[in-house]
Amino acid sequence: MVTPLLDVRDLSIGFGSAPAIVRDVSFQVMPGETVALVGESGSGKTITCRSVLRILPPTARIDSGAITFTAGGQSCNLLTETRRMMRQIRGNRISMIFQEPMRSLSPLHRLGDQVAEVLRLHRDMSKAKAKARVLETFVRVGFPEPARVWKSYPFEMSGGMRQRAMIAMAMVAKPELLIADEPTTALDVTTQAQVLGLIKDLQKETGMAVILVTHDLGVVANMAEQVVVMNKGRVMERGPAPVVLGAPAHGYTRKLFAAAPAIPEVAAPARAQPGNDIILELRDVSKTYTMRAGGWSRPVGITACHEVNLSLERGKTLAVVGESGSGKTTCARIALGAELPDAGGQVLFRPSSNADVVKIHDMNSEERVCFQRQAQMVFQDPYSSLSPRMRIGQTLTEPMEIHGLGSKSERREKAAEMLRWVGLDPSMLTRYPHAFSGGQRQRLSIARALTLDPVLLVCDEPTSALDVSVQDQILCLLENIRDRMGLSYLFISHDLAVVARIADEVAVMRQGVIVEQAPPDTLFYNPRHPYTRALIAAQPEPDVNRPIDLKLVAKGAGAPGSWPEPFRFEGIAVPALTELEPGHKVRCHV
Amino acid sequence: MMFLRYAIYRFITMLITLWVVSILIFVIINLPPGDYLSNQIAELRATGQAEGVAKAEFLRTEYALDRPIWEQYLIWVGMAPGPQGWYGLIQGNFGWSFEFDRPVSEVVGDALWLTVLVNLAAVLFVYMVALPLGVIAAAKSETWVDYTAAFVGYLGLATPNFLLALMLFYYGNKYFDLPIGGLMAPEFEGQPMSWEKVKSILVHLIVPTFVIGTSGAAAMMQRLRANMLDELSKPYVETAKAKGLGPAKLLAKYPLRMAFNPFVADIGNLLPAMVSGSVLVSVVLGLQTIGPSLLTALKSQDQFLAGFVLMFVALLTLIGTMISDLLLVLLDPRIRYGARGG
Repeated sequence: MVTPLLDVRDLSIGFGSAPAIVRDVSFQVMPGETVALVGESGSGKTITCRSVLRILPPTARIDSGAITFTAGGQSCNLLTETRRMMRQIRGNRISMIFQEPMRSLSPLHRLGDQVAEVLRLHRDMSKAKAKARVLETFVRVGFPEPARVWKSYPFEMSGGMRQRAMIAMAMVAKPELLIADEPTTALDVTTQAQVLGLIKDLQKETGMAVILVTHDLGVVANMAEQVVVMNKGRVMERGPAPVVLGAPAHGYTRKLFAAAPAIPEVAAPARAQPGNDIILELRDVSKTYTMRAGGWSRPVGITACHEVNLSLERGKTLAVVGESGSGKTTCARIALGAELPDAGGQVLFRPSSNADVVKIHDMNSEERVCFQRQAQMVFQDPYSSLSPRMRIGQTLTEPMEIHGLGSKSERREKAAEMLRWVGLDPSMLTRYPHAFSGGQRQRLSIARALTLDPVLLVCDEPTSALDVSVQDQILCLLENIRDRMGLSYLFISHDLAVVARIADEVAVMRQGVIVEQAPPDTLFYNPRHPYTRALIAAQPEPDVNRPIDLKLVAKGAGAPGSWPEPFRFEGIAVPALTELEPGHKVRCHV
Repeated sequence: MMFLRYAIYRFITMLITLWVVSILIFVIINLPPGDYLSNQIAELRATGQAEGVAKAEFLRTEYALDRPIWEQYLIWVGMAPGPQGWYGLIQGNFGWSFEFDRPVSEVVGDALWLTVLVNLAAVLFVYMVALPLGVIAAAKSETWVDYTAAFVGYLGLATPNFLLALMLFYYGNKYFDLPIGGLMAPEFEGQPMSWEKVKSILVHLIVPTFVIGTSGAAAMMQRLRANMLDELSKPYVETAKAKGLGPAKLLAKYPLRMAFNPFVADIGNLLPAMVSGSVLVSVVLGLQTIGPSLLTALKSQDQFLAGFVLMFVALLTLIGTMISDLLLVLLDPRIRYGARGG
């Protein structure tokens, strides 16, 4: 019997005088093994993993339990060890990677300094030797020019690069245990695939154990040997990954599975019928921003999107999918008239099938007010998009008040009706937003968007801030409302799996251009563009037998200049979007 | 190289600002009707002293006070020839003080550098007190250390400066034999600089520094504490903790560096606040700074003296802001690279 590297027993943690939020949690980590702590927000998984290093908020209180760490023939209880001992363990024997690479590195210190600090603290090494070791680690985590990274500041790098630097920092002292707290949640899906691959490789190489905290069953299936499912501070189910993922025993785990979005496997798709009742059309829309740098330097032009052509059929959903910086949000803003396209671009809107076309890019103020009633937006973050100082009733009636619709009682009536539409109780009208959960708040945002009886709804990542099970409910609700009210959606997302179920047409964007466009079935059955293929391959599936194909991801996830010959381009010298088969367009040289 | 370019750019913008400020100052000084001499002439006429009137009239033409205001401005700055030719601020002529009947440079004299000295000492005091107290208050927030620091700070903010000055003079003299009033012992006034004189000045500086600096230090301490508390909850602090860094080093290296920016940016604001805030204190303490001359000059519309003093304060402010901007560029790579356009 091998002694476990880490043995967490009956751990209970609470805050202040409130009841415990982590209750009797027990699990073990064997040397070299990966254990995934899975759960939704509020499940206590983050607090549990932080208690291992005792990095808890000052008000936290450990009620009971023991965390035994055994390495090099010595054991100690991490909960009762002296502070001095804890400092020697942190970063040295147990290290940690955090969720937000953007904020977990000090912006004022060079990366080399921040990483080498670990060696200065824990290893008796000369400066030159420490630097050599850090550069070596930089190469290992995939930086082609380690010397440049050494001198760089975090803000000069992308999110994926920063997370690599974080991993280098965690790895440089060769710890026995790595704790990764949602290490890829803030990253794009292709970057996530590469970072997960990297952690796995490093683990194989050094034989360290990993505790992976995540909410994503797909990530678990790709990484973990053991799974601990947590809910509301308790362990629901625990066991080897193939068993838990293959045949979940607990109802909660099954629920998580059902909610996890996945890219469907489709048979040959039915030919889509092109309709001609177009509600919104973007024609040759480009947007260039000029950046003014300080001092005397010349302003620089940045292309946010380039020659975008999209049309949305009435009653349907058009999804624009892309990673951060792909230009998808710019497209949405232009579609709503919040920004003007560059000269030559047109945005046309037809409120009803027999109405006149409104030119969104060239509205007078009267048309604008009218358009604002007909097109509404649902935002990404339900926590900051509702005013915390307004009662729900006020939030819901305000749009009608602004547009001078109905009497006071009629507005009230309408607000109550909208609450019923989104599955909430009208008695909630007098409450404030803080009394609602994330999912309920997103329902409220949707209700607010609906109060003016719009015909077009722009949804900007409406589910990315939500837990998977809640995401599932919100998507259902959106579908339901669309079909019952005859709405049309412009749906912006970074997640192909989310889009898969709701969209009638998907446009994949990369660096400001649409690279592939097709109905979802066609797209998933026969993706042609290497970038689309990379996106699909990078999507982690909650199935241990379908690991991420990193080669496929690497082929398409790079810059357009690194794509295979028929698709390659530099800057905005793009090949045309070619219709390979009816309804399936790919940007390639034919 | 890049820093040098920015420094030059910043220096040129400072000169331009100074020029705009000079216009504003001149206009504001001339807003009240009449000037020193026309007021004097009216008074002399009323009391029937005709011979004085002639002299005043002569001075009016001599200093071009009878010309339109824009011409007066150009002559004052030295951008147009006056009655004595090209001879204005740019050429090093600070003008004539009617009130004291002497050149402004003579009236102001030693007071100029003594002002700089007193205020620099006060600024140093502010930083030396606020930095450790603010950091400790943040690190031990919501403990008795924090509350004590806050209490002392608010006491400093709330006590009127002149009252504090009187109290310190009394007790300082009684228990520590500190001198009362002035910036040096009377026998050194007007004497060339000597070791004895420097010592005398240093001893005399103690009370004024404390009085002028206290409220600034209290405000700065609270600001630093708030900034530090913000920074302490940021994820990068957790990263540093997870590395195994000890508490003191962690505090100094990461959150303090971040909280330091507003601290440095305040240098520019601190100087003028102190110069104008210390006028009253200077009068009470009998300090030979330019504060009291500014007060008399403004009251009697002695326009060249007032204009010069205001220009001097503006220059101090602009230099302070320039220094803090340059320091920020050196301290914060984000600002440095932002200025480069990356």
